[in-house]
Amino acid sequence: MLFDWLFRKKTGYPDFWKVYLSHFKNKSKSDITDTRFVAFDTETTGLDVKEDRVLSIGAVSIINKKIEVSNTFEIYLEQNIFKPETVKIHGLMRNGSEKKISELDAIKLFLDYIKDAIIVAHHASFDKRMINEILLRHGLGKLKNKFIDTGVLYKRSLHIIYQENTKPYSLDYLCKELNVPTVDRHTATGDALITALVFLKILSRLDKRKHLNWGYLLK
Amino acid sequence: MKNSIAERVYDFLKTYPPFNLLKADDLLAISTQVSILYLEKSDNLYEKGESFKNQFYIVRNGGIALLHTKSNNIQEVINICDAGDVFGVRPLIAKENYKLTASANEESIVYAVPIEIFQSVTNNNASVQKFLITAFATNAYDPYTAEEYGKIFVDYLPNNPQDIVNFQTANYSKNPITCDTTATLKEAAIKMSAHKIGCIIVVDNEKRPTGIITNSDIKNKIATGLYPIDTSVKNIMSSPVYTNKKDLTVADGQLQMIKHNIGHLCITKDGTVNSKLIGVLTHHDILVTLGNSPSVILKEIKRAKRTKTLRAARLKANALLKSYLEQSIPLSHIIKIISQINDTVTIRAIEIALKKMPSPPPVAFAWLAIGSQGRKEQLLFTDQDNAIVFANVDDENYEATQKYFLELAKHVTKSLNKIGFEYCEADMMASNTEWCKSISEWKHQFNDWILSPDEKAILLASIFFDYSCVYGDSSLTDELTEFIYKTLDESALFFKFLGRDALKNPSPLGFFRQFVYEKSDDKKDLFNIKSRALMPLIDAARLLTLFNKIKSVNNTYERYEKLAEIEPNNKELYESCSYAFKALSKFKTKQGLLHNNSGKLIEIESLTKEEQLKLRRCFKPISEIQETLKLKFDLKNFV
Repeated sequence: MLFDWLFRKKTGYPDFWKVYLSHFKNKSKSDITDTRFVAFDTETTGLDVKEDRVLSIGAVSIINKKIEVSNTFEIYLEQNIFKPETVKIHGLMRNGSEKKISELDAIKLFLDYIKDAIIVAHHASFDKRMINEILLRHGLGKLKNKFIDTGVLYKRSLHIIYQENTKPYSLDYLCKELNVPTVDRHTATGDALITALVFLKILSRLDKRKHLNWGYLLK
Repeated sequence: MKNSIAERVYDFLKTYPPFNLLKADDLLAISTQVSILYLEKSDNLYEKGESFKNQFYIVRNGGIALLHTKSNNIQEVINICDAGDVFGVRPLIAKENYKLTASANEESIVYAVPIEIFQSVTNNNASVQKFLITAFATNAYDPYTAEEYGKIFVDYLPNNPQDIVNFQTANYSKNPITCDTTATLKEAAIKMSAHKIGCIIVVDNEKRPTGIITNSDIKNKIATGLYPIDTSVKNIMSSPVYTNKKDLTVADGQLQMIKHNIGHLCITKDGTVNSKLIGVLTHHDILVTLGNSPSVILKEIKRAKRTKTLRAARLKANALLKSYLEQSIPLSHIIKIISQINDTVTIRAIEIALKKMPSPPPVAFAWLAIGSQGRKEQLLFTDQDNAIVFANVDDENYEATQKYFLELAKHVTKSLNKIGFEYCEADMMASNTEWCKSISEWKHQFNDWILSPDEKAILLASIFFDYSCVYGDSSLTDELTEFIYKTLDESALFFKFLGRDALKNPSPLGFFRQFVYEKSDDKKDLFNIKSRALMPLIDAARLLTLFNKIKSVNNTYERYEKLAEIEPNNKELYESCSYAFKALSKFKTKQGLLHNNSGKLIEIESLTKEEQLKLRRCFKPISEIQETLKLKFDLKNFV
């Protein structure tokens, strides 16, 4: 029994987690144009990372400024926590028509989707922490992926004379500034696509010579 | 798995042909296989000669230019596809290499539709096929296609954009002004004068054209005393008239006019003199369609109802610019014409935007062009720099008023971007809250810049001091100018700051009189003609203009001419600065047209020895004017 336990401790991570980790072995930095970025967003029952739960995850992947519609990610989660007051934001009802899956299945699919991609999200730290909480609840480690926050990146893309502005840039504000059509705002997949387009537009504004390198993007 | 994005793609596609002709299930199946592509301006989707891809495209946002590459590697715009337009359909029809290049005319999002799935659901849909073939034919460039696909392509396939225009149906004036054969010449002349027209058609009682009277007939036959003024029109008119059917092309119309040495063609019902007159095609109508003169372009801009039309007119101006440079027309003349066209485009864009607003402007306002547009030196498409100043309002109404003008500016900057003027990288545009304010806020701003100058203030001042009023109430800008000159009297320090800024770009030639190059990624030696040569001249001219309180002279070369008048002892230097500026601008513009960019980075190696020499000669006045500034504003120890 004791040996069993010790054994489990070392190698007892489920296979899907081991597969996920394996993507990060021997990886060399590739060119920005060939790199796979995954833009993602979550809809949650609220903003408390410990108390609230993820209801839906949406993601799209970008390689060389291209998004394949057939390879997008959209799942809805079965959760015990439900807060009626947030329904008006995300529109996900307790007994909605979407096919729901368990949190464990969801995280399996999600890890399999993102692999070692660079993750792009708006106000990324929140979504990152929500996912890490799920991983923690299931006895797994934290996400290993590199993150880019479009809010921060946008601010840095501005001309020097505006950078002292301290206001946080909302996704809606960026869409308006960058002329990104806002259909499907506040669905996870819709917001993921919008974030992806916002990300591409900011990239195009960055000075190709000075800023389009990994050190700058991942700062 | 649910796919919300596919549903949104579906929602977009279903409103545009040929997708609107498909069944919902089929279209949804296509939608899930679409790729969403993001293109930066001038990214190519495919190039001439590239082998066909297994997809075709529809524009989601922005605009894609289809370019034909001529033998001398010069590219011509065949068509610009806007949202909902389908292009790149050649692989659907013929498995052969692309004949055109598709390149983003502005930042764009494009959907790529895989051909396999598209064909599997549309195979037998005749209306879809028909649409695609038409789409193909309008964007095609291939003189041989007509033979190969003889049955399908019965229409003429154009060789170049000029040909497209030539083979359009001529746009003649309908409801022409006429008079009876029984009328006197005086009656006819009164009618012509009332309608402000240069010719009148004489018709019989069945409205068939029998003759024509033009201004020159009156001049030659009446004013010379050959006939009395109350003579019958029959004595004066030229007869018979040349007639044609209504569907004649521009090229045909022009040909007939040349052949018969006439300026007017009568359009009749069956094309002969024996049927009813329905219109007149004048030489002027032809010129308008061909559109290669500034007055014609200006007229077209003033009449434009949509941004798309404005864009087409501005593109014609670029072609005009090219031909002017080839013809060695003086640059000062070219600058005047092109900035007139740019101003008119902006005015029209504002007028169109005002129509989109829910209410008229709450108070008077002026639309300012700043930077190079304010100096009216913009030849090629460059960044848009602009600002709004509006009349003072109460505190409680300020926010709402500002919001109105910001909204207006958003519309204007968006359509200017569509026309080809890039958004300003530094966001110095009227759609930015910082650059859209009331006259007293602006005074406050300039006061700040002038009385407490720092690096940032000088950077902004160098752009905002070159403003000119493009649209709206110019008394607002006049008031601002008065204010600025009064404030300048209080600050000697400000001139020193401007002076230091004007000297910040060292001489374009290094110690051994070699060119000073910029570092670039691909190891090429690039010379930045804008920052090394033009900016020092522009900055010096601005400083001296402000110092001498010269008003409403914004062109750099005109500023130097004015300075030469005021300070006769420096006349020679100022005149050579004026000349150098013009020569350098011309150089930059030619490079820009050649490489389809702003032309500011020049590959010195690609220039001939003579061109290099010419360039060097322009640098002498730059170092001389910089020395003059150093002395005049005592900048030696001011660092």
